[in-house]
Amino acid sequence: MDDLDRPGRFDPGRGWRLHPQVAVRPEPFGALLYHFGTRKLSFLKNRTVLELVQSLGEYDDVLSACRAAGIDESAQQPYLHALSVLVSSKMLVPQDHTREDT
Amino acid sequence: MTSVAPVPRLVDQFERGLDAPICLTWELTYACNLSCVHCLSSSGKRDPRELSTQQCKDIIDELERMQVFYVNIGGGEPTVRSDFWELVDYATEHHVGVKFSTNGVRITPEVAAKLAASDYVDVQISLDGATAEVNDAVRGPGSFAMAVRALENLAAAGFSDAKISVVVTRHNVDQLDDFKALADRYGATLRITRLRPSGRGADVWDELHPTAAQQVQLYDWLVAHGERVLTGDSFFHLSGLGEPGALAGLNLCGAGRVVCLIDPVGDVYACPFAIHDRFLAGNVVADGGFDTVWKYSELFRELREPQSAGACSGCAHYDACRGGCMAAKFFTGLPMDGPDPECVQGYGEPALALDREVPSARVDHSRTGKRKTPAGPVPLTLLTTPPAPPKAFCNESPV
Repeated sequence: MDDLDRPGRFDPGRGWRLHPQVAVRPEPFGALLYHFGTRKLSFLKNRTVLELVQSLGEYDDVLSACRAAGIDESAQQPYLHALSVLVSSKMLVPQDHTREDT
Repeated sequence: MTSVAPVPRLVDQFERGLDAPICLTWELTYACNLSCVHCLSSSGKRDPRELSTQQCKDIIDELERMQVFYVNIGGGEPTVRSDFWELVDYATEHHVGVKFSTNGVRITPEVAAKLAASDYVDVQISLDGATAEVNDAVRGPGSFAMAVRALENLAAAGFSDAKISVVVTRHNVDQLDDFKALADRYGATLRITRLRPSGRGADVWDELHPTAAQQVQLYDWLVAHGERVLTGDSFFHLSGLGEPGALAGLNLCGAGRVVCLIDPVGDVYACPFAIHDRFLAGNVVADGGFDTVWKYSELFRELREPQSAGACSGCAHYDACRGGCMAAKFFTGLPMDGPDPECVQGYGEPALALDREVPSARVDHSRTGKRKTPAGPVPLTLLTTPPAPPKAFCNESPV
């Protein structure tokens, strides 16, 4: 059922977005994310990754979103890692994701 | 924008407090059908001043505005409130998720089916023994069968990932694998928390809290199994036993900083283990609402100030345990700036051996005022009475 979107399979070459059941609470340190479906909480540890996560859905691929958020290629690695963690906890889903995929 | 300004550690930021709690425990009622010996809230009888349905809904409205994602509802036994399901529905309709703790008394097949249909409700069944013998000695006769029936009903209805919530005691610490197996059998997740000397727990703590050797056993078990077991971050006092970070979770005391408790009459306490005037921040009705109490209460502002390591300042492990649990110290009569009574470096025991005055309970809703022996056959030498199931800080790891 989720052969293509297996958790942990994070492809920065495609478009991603927040899962529709995820709520975001901005904080001075970054943000809290809560997934109402999995009932899991996550922390975003700075404002840049928050901006990135919130804008992901507007871009066709992650690298474009990074550029738009002002993240240089040389600084991308920690952000890509953070996103891959969010993918494995289902906080992020592919843009073509439908509810049945969960 | 990418320049990463040195960001204080998350834990340091949390110690200074947030504009809204991350987790909130809300005891809806002091009424309870059980009378567990270690009940944190000394529950039994309903308090006549209990918040009305409308007052509860007003709190939910505030929580929604503050973006508190979910509340841990407990008691007492919250499901005995006649408006319980109405409040659960109201909360979830207002984007406040609900995790509620129950002894299972009202989790019938019909209720289980309703719960299975909601994405926004999580259920936590309290169980303090993997066998009826061990459980019922603490939670009362028949309570094991009642909890297991609830788990069966939830599983049969297709409710996935219920929680089994266990307070670790001297008598069940050897059953951790059995609890895990029990959880697996019902497609549930095991959650284990620390026994606190709060509420009626103060009366039984000496006999029930794990021994020093058992603390090590528990620590090793957590390091081996921690990934798939929730702890409500309640064992941070053990973190000095190993490498920093070996225990999952944030390992900090969130009292008044990122967590707090609202009790059935609207009193706000620093944490679920601290129902005492010393930790009372204010009242949601009398003091202008929850948001005001959370942001401006004198107690909470104090807790968000840097704390003194006191007698622990010379200890190499202070950074790991931060002096342990405030409530555990207070209710065992130890100084607040000294070691935790269960300090893994062994500083708690001599402190406990000194002359100390254990504070008396200020809020007691036990059915007989005090605990008494059960009417039926007495399972062990313990007495009966039920807790608000263990509550604690969030279980999730940061990204």
